[in-house]
Amino acid sequence: MKGLPPVLITAVVLVAGFALCAVQFPNIASTRVVGNLLTDNAFLGIVATGMTFVIISGGIDLSVGSVIGFTTVFVALAIERWGMPPLVAFVAILALSAAFGAAMGAVIHVFDLPPFIVTLAGMFLARGASFLLSTQSVPITAPVYSTVSDFALRLPGGGRLTAVAIIMLTIVIGGALLLKLTRFGANVYALGGSRATASLMGVAVGRMTVKIYMLSSLLAGIAGIVFSFYTSAGYSLSAVGVELDTIAAVVIGGTLLTGGQGSVIGTFFGVLIQGMIQTYINFDGTLSSWWTKIATGVLLFAFIVLQQGLVALARRPVVKRAGAVS
Amino acid sequence: MILKALFAASATAALLLALPANAAELTIGFSQIGSESGWRAAETSVSKQEATKRKVNLKIADAQQKQENQIKAIRSFIAQNVDAIFLAPVVSTGWDSVLKEAKEAKIPVVLLDRDIDPSGKELYLTAVTSDSVHEGEVAGDWLAKTVGGKACNIVELQGTVGASVAANRKKGFDTAIAKHANLKVVRSQTGDFTRAKGKEVMESFIKAEGGGKSICAVYAHNDDMMVGAIQAMKEAGLKPGKEVLTVSIDAVPDIFKAMVAGEANATVELTPNMAGPALDAIAAFKDKGTVPPKWIQTDSKLYTATDDPQKIYDSKKGLGY
Repeated sequence: MKGLPPVLITAVVLVAGFALCAVQFPNIASTRVVGNLLTDNAFLGIVATGMTFVIISGGIDLSVGSVIGFTTVFVALAIERWGMPPLVAFVAILALSAAFGAAMGAVIHVFDLPPFIVTLAGMFLARGASFLLSTQSVPITAPVYSTVSDFALRLPGGGRLTAVAIIMLTIVIGGALLLKLTRFGANVYALGGSRATASLMGVAVGRMTVKIYMLSSLLAGIAGIVFSFYTSAGYSLSAVGVELDTIAAVVIGGTLLTGGQGSVIGTFFGVLIQGMIQTYINFDGTLSSWWTKIATGVLLFAFIVLQQGLVALARRPVVKRAGAVS
Repeated sequence: MILKALFAASATAALLLALPANAAELTIGFSQIGSESGWRAAETSVSKQEATKRKVNLKIADAQQKQENQIKAIRSFIAQNVDAIFLAPVVSTGWDSVLKEAKEAKIPVVLLDRDIDPSGKELYLTAVTSDSVHEGEVAGDWLAKTVGGKACNIVELQGTVGASVAANRKKGFDTAIAKHANLKVVRSQTGDFTRAKGKEVMESFIKAEGGGKSICAVYAHNDDMMVGAIQAMKEAGLKPGKEVLTVSIDAVPDIFKAMVAGEANATVELTPNMAGPALDAIAAFKDKGTVPPKWIQTDSKLYTATDDPQKIYDSKKGLGY
């Protein structure tokens, strides 16, 4: 039991849960539902990939939901009111959100402030700014939008692998490789283990902090663009509370909230578990949708307890641990 | 140990599996906005009742005020291959791509209570909504008929400034009383659709009109403001329902309580039964292929103190208003 990594447990929960759902509603085990899961949770998967880096490094980013909201409004206004070509609007908003993240990272490092407070300020700032731009939902009518949102690879069995799902899968895979195979990824783990040790080992802590928050905000920006494809509109109230769903997905995915451990693939499973619960509730149709929150809460609690158990296990003296095994 | 705890957690999720789907002739998915107001909660419970009456299996997904949840719900209804989808849209834009999917799957969509933007008109079968201009007209006509030929100074409590419902209810009322020279709106201010604000504004009206003796009738854009206004009139020593006529819109249970006490005269109902006409339209469409009109207007029924308000109050109070 001791050797079982948290991510494997997440995978078991996902598969077991899916099997349970499929037993009751055979329709769930179809490519259509799986395709929907990927499409509906595309923005969550993208933003959760960025959040995984932040949490592994020992931080937190509460601003991501607001950045998504701001991005949708900005993109909608840029295309519809200011007459920007969509591609230019995308580049502009990505630059803007990356700069926003870099600024938060810099403030966290330079003033040695808790990330919770800094990104909380960022959350209010970005949400407020999107209301300043527009309080109304702005429809996006650019032809690119209908092309992209209608594009889908047909899967056998009526399923659709949509463009936004493909973007999400690419980012998840890219994020997993970045974390596991690059020096940047290794530094993220080092930072989460201990800042002091990382610094002694020669990690440029300041630069890393800036880069990590920049990555998170950049991915939130991409998630915002995906969200705007999803609804073909920009709305300042969109993605309210998504930061919390994201953190839940990351933790359910086996990432340690205190940092130093975790994986992008686990986060991806965490996102799918949340999506699966919601799908189940929609299929049932008689349950209050607030059960999604309750089930997520129960899972989250179970995983935190599990993590504490694993941490305690790891900290035990070697002799004692050997005794426990025998 | 750990695995056990985990399975306990997934078993909690599995507990939710306990309810079997019952076999019915039609299965309809309803993506509801949420339960932000009493009226919305009543709409949900009336929809359930209407579905049960017609032996329709209605699956309700509460979107918690989020469009992304509504889109997810619609996609999952399509995946379940339901016979029809009801949608009460939280915003008017951004429905094209998911409604196209529904159309592709040949699942008819009916909008309830609110409309969506014009670019999507061919994407839904029909919309069941009330006409808020007409609601104002019904209120105005009742007042004109009740007052008869004598001169009447009216004070008006408007809804939230900028809300289309408020503008429409004002417009309808103004149109109705314009035909009668003896009726005149002397004061008109916003009470924000709330009880507290309605009371406050009514107090200032009473002061401005010399103790309220010159006020002959109060028109409020919703019942909640009227309940506040009735309170203000009673505190000022006026007799609402007798000396001062009242007419408002929505028909929430509390206004019937005021009617029972003889303190309110009339209300125009914004029916929470949007699902009933929608279910009938779908049944006709499925059975005989009858294509309903693009807009099904719900009744704006007038209730007065002579309509047995106690009975209506009893029938409405359990709906979650």
